[in-house]
Amino acid sequence: MHPVHSQQQLYRLLNDFQHDFPLSPTPYADMAAKLGMSETELLEWLKALQDEGSISRIGAVFRPNRIGASTLAAMAVPETRLQTVADLISSYPSVNHNYKREHHFNLWFVVTAENETRLESILRDMEQRSGLRVLSLPMEKDYHIDLGFPLQLAGNPHA
Amino acid sequence: MLDERQLLTVLQHGLPLVSRPYATIAEQIGSTEQEVIDHIAQMQQRGDIKRFGVVVRHRKLGYQSNGMVVWDIPDDRVDELGVCFGKFEFVNLSYRRPRRLPDWPYNLFCMIHGHDREDVMRNLAQMIDSCQAGNIPHAILFSTECYKQRGAVYIHDQTAAGHGA
Repeated sequence: MHPVHSQQQLYRLLNDFQHDFPLSPTPYADMAAKLGMSETELLEWLKALQDEGSISRIGAVFRPNRIGASTLAAMAVPETRLQTVADLISSYPSVNHNYKREHHFNLWFVVTAENETRLESILRDMEQRSGLRVLSLPMEKDYHIDLGFPLQLAGNPHA
Repeated sequence: MLDERQLLTVLQHGLPLVSRPYATIAEQIGSTEQEVIDHIAQMQQRGDIKRFGVVVRHRKLGYQSNGMVVWDIPDDRVDELGVCFGKFEFVNLSYRRPRRLPDWPYNLFCMIHGHDREDVMRNLAQMIDSCQAGNIPHAILFSTECYKQRGAVYIHDQTAAGHGA
């Protein structure tokens, strides 16, 4: 249903608006004007991109541990149990990222909670339910300034 | 009066896709559009919000490979290298984390994205070369499956609050 947009518009939408999203009362109308489309078109397009999974949301990326508590956790899971344990971990609403990685520690996930106490109790619960140890590696220092994720899409003149 | 906790509870799920999203949020938390806008701006200034905008799913957009590079850096060089690695545009995080000896000796984590493994390895070589990290023990952990990826939920609403307790 939504009109076909140019690759150039897609690039600009996804690349230029990863930060400095307008803080005006009508941010989508402002964005749409810059992209050369109507507000309604843009909103429909964003909805479609969200539905297909290209964008997860429009909003804030919070600095780790400033709001609530979070940690990167790892488990060394026997290969035969990996899917089961991965599903168990993913079932926690407090888990956002959960990946299989090539290492002895093969399951890596991020856990966020309201505070340290709550975070600890979630980790203990994971250990009890899986029977496996959870390595917790909270961030101690952030050296990176988040400018979003630079995209290089076909047809992008900056590629 | 704006309640920051209420704002975060709503904001963590993303802005609604409506013409006046800040007004919609204000309505949900009993505040005003201007207060919501001002408060988000304040949180950006304080650094509590690192970035505000479109959050993309890189895997969906052709960046299939992400390599987590972990380094075992002497404590007196970790700040220098953390900053140096964090400057590359293909590095999208550079964090110091605790060692967990004897299981886990690494104290710096960088996430490198690329279209494929070769791309990631080229990027890694460039980091090692330009930050003079040739003698630093490191490992690269490629992701081979993504079980879950979505925004962080810090505050759960009442219905979900009890899960996993």
